[in-house]
Amino acid sequence: MSDAPTPAPAPAPFVGPLDDKDRIFTNLYGFQDWGIDAAMKRGDWDNTKALLEKGQDAIIDEMKASGLRGRGGAGFPTGMKWSFMPKESKDGRPSFLVINADESEPGSCKDREIIRHDPHKLIEGALVAGFAMRARAAYIYIRGEFIYEAKVLFAAVEQAYAKGFIGKNACGSGYDFDVFVHRGAGAYICGEETAQIESIEGKKGQPRLKPPFPAGAGLYGCPTTVNNVESIAVAPTILRRGASWFSSFGRDNNKGTKLFQISGHVNKPAVVEECMGISFRELIDRHCGGIRGGWDNLLAVIPGGSSVPLVPAEQIMDAPMDYDGLRALGSGLGTAAVIVMDKSTDIVRAISRISYFYKHESCGQCTPCREGTGWMWRVMERLRTGEADKSEIDMLFQVTKQVEGHTICALGDAAAWPIQGLIRHFRPEIERRIDENKGDAPIMEAAE
Amino acid sequence: MADAPQIPDEAEVRARWGAFVWSPENAEQAKKVIARYPEGRQASAVMPLLDLAQRQVGAETQTQGWLPVPVMEYIADQLDMPYMRVYEVATFYTMYNLAPVGRYHVQVCGTTPCMLRGSDDVLAACKNKGLVKGHTTPDGLFTLTEVECLGACTNAPMVQINDDNFEDLTYDSMAALLDDLASGKQPKIGPQIDRQTSCPEGGPTTLVEMVTENHDYRGQW
Repeated sequence: MSDAPTPAPAPAPFVGPLDDKDRIFTNLYGFQDWGIDAAMKRGDWDNTKALLEKGQDAIIDEMKASGLRGRGGAGFPTGMKWSFMPKESKDGRPSFLVINADESEPGSCKDREIIRHDPHKLIEGALVAGFAMRARAAYIYIRGEFIYEAKVLFAAVEQAYAKGFIGKNACGSGYDFDVFVHRGAGAYICGEETAQIESIEGKKGQPRLKPPFPAGAGLYGCPTTVNNVESIAVAPTILRRGASWFSSFGRDNNKGTKLFQISGHVNKPAVVEECMGISFRELIDRHCGGIRGGWDNLLAVIPGGSSVPLVPAEQIMDAPMDYDGLRALGSGLGTAAVIVMDKSTDIVRAISRISYFYKHESCGQCTPCREGTGWMWRVMERLRTGEADKSEIDMLFQVTKQVEGHTICALGDAAAWPIQGLIRHFRPEIERRIDENKGDAPIMEAAE
Repeated sequence: MADAPQIPDEAEVRARWGAFVWSPENAEQAKKVIARYPEGRQASAVMPLLDLAQRQVGAETQTQGWLPVPVMEYIADQLDMPYMRVYEVATFYTMYNLAPVGRYHVQVCGTTPCMLRGSDDVLAACKNKGLVKGHTTPDGLFTLTEVECLGACTNAPMVQINDDNFEDLTYDSMAALLDDLASGKQPKIGPQIDRQTSCPEGGPTTLVEMVTENHDYRGQW
């Protein structure tokens, strides 16, 4: 279980394991039909009109009270984000909701499960969220490689139109709301909100400078909110069961349930919905059949998708899996994409491969990132083979610091952090390779 | 894979594709796509139309398809965009093929989560079947590309071949997959082991009722 959370007199927070009745995504594995009739039997689209009748401000207040933080990685409070949208259009510009289904962070595969197995949770959430922020339409940006998932989503949207749940007078509420699906075509950077907006406008996905923020001028120059699929898809259930239900899970500031995606060296990799703040050990033992080769064989974990720094085994074993718990370890929850590495892992290669990913995915707009990601990857490869000089470790660390924070979007940071994590925790391993590669050859300065 | 695509000779391409027009079904589809976006914002349709065009070229050439320059010009005309804006988009996104590919575009994910679960073995199986990264086999059947994370990490290692994902691969299952495709058989899509989607192997640890019936959990709220 979780190690001493806070020495407060308040009762210890509930950190799992979750009961099935408290899981939001009941068809997560697709054992049952995704279609609208089956989804309605599971509780989707159940009197959505009543949810809308609460009124825009009440919905946003309820979302704020639930403590839901954005599930796309940054963890910004969702209700607050919605409240930034203009309450009325002074100049006739409509507002838009953009739903980010460009799931491309290595390790992440939760939005895919929502879209292909529970798409009506997302579409209903789009209506509720779009209504609350007074948006005219939602664009769901789904990554291009999700070909089957996009087919399901297109069909699910059509089903919802046919039932009158979206479109003119959505759910009989008197509110007109459209949902459109836009497919990407293979670019990680389009997961960044302003790059995504550019992409929907039919351009290269290169992030915009902020300000102006999307809530002021986003898609087509109109006020826009970009939310992750999971953040939107949980909204109807939160409104039905109440903010206090959702906030009864997890520690303060880290509320709710979360889809964890566990990949790598566990016995049974899986996606599973669990309580925020569940301990790493419980998560793995309960749902993934333990670490491959046993707990003594655990080397390190990347707990939130490739952009967050890795955490060595002894630090993460009993750590709570939530935003603050992982930040305390110098890492982050990100999208809760847990990449587990056992002692057979070539850790330098694992991180070097991530560096290659960022080199491949840099949009090329900012020099520190465009040049830096390639440079960092090449040096990482030298560290992997051991042909580098020990001084290059510090040089690399310093360059990551020069990339971090000096680019328009966070891709530069995301490329820098895994390397910093590696150097912080596995410097002896890097040095060992260099020593082995150099062998016992005499150092040149000793000659003459 | 960082190698620039070998864009074919322009004169030949113009001779072959200069008269490209939508097939009747795709012309209808293109209209539907453009209608998804507000008036005057038809440029938004460039990505779906490029995809549609690539599929039409694929259907005509019995491959996954690619985007010859005259086809991009055709789309630019339809959307009233400068050609260069369309070309920019086509070169920016990895799913648009700028050069012809084989009948099956074998896209092996090599990013860390797949690497940890054995994408090296998957690539080795490809290599031993005669596939070379960045190239098409001489019989025109397979083009091999190592791609970045395709978002199926709990089912790693995986490969996407044209529109289908094949997951939970091993050296043997990948080799069998290529054999099946080469002999014209349709292999099973999804996990190549006995496993339901991203559920833990051997059965779910949660929501067990869902396996056999469309259970409604609201009664227990």
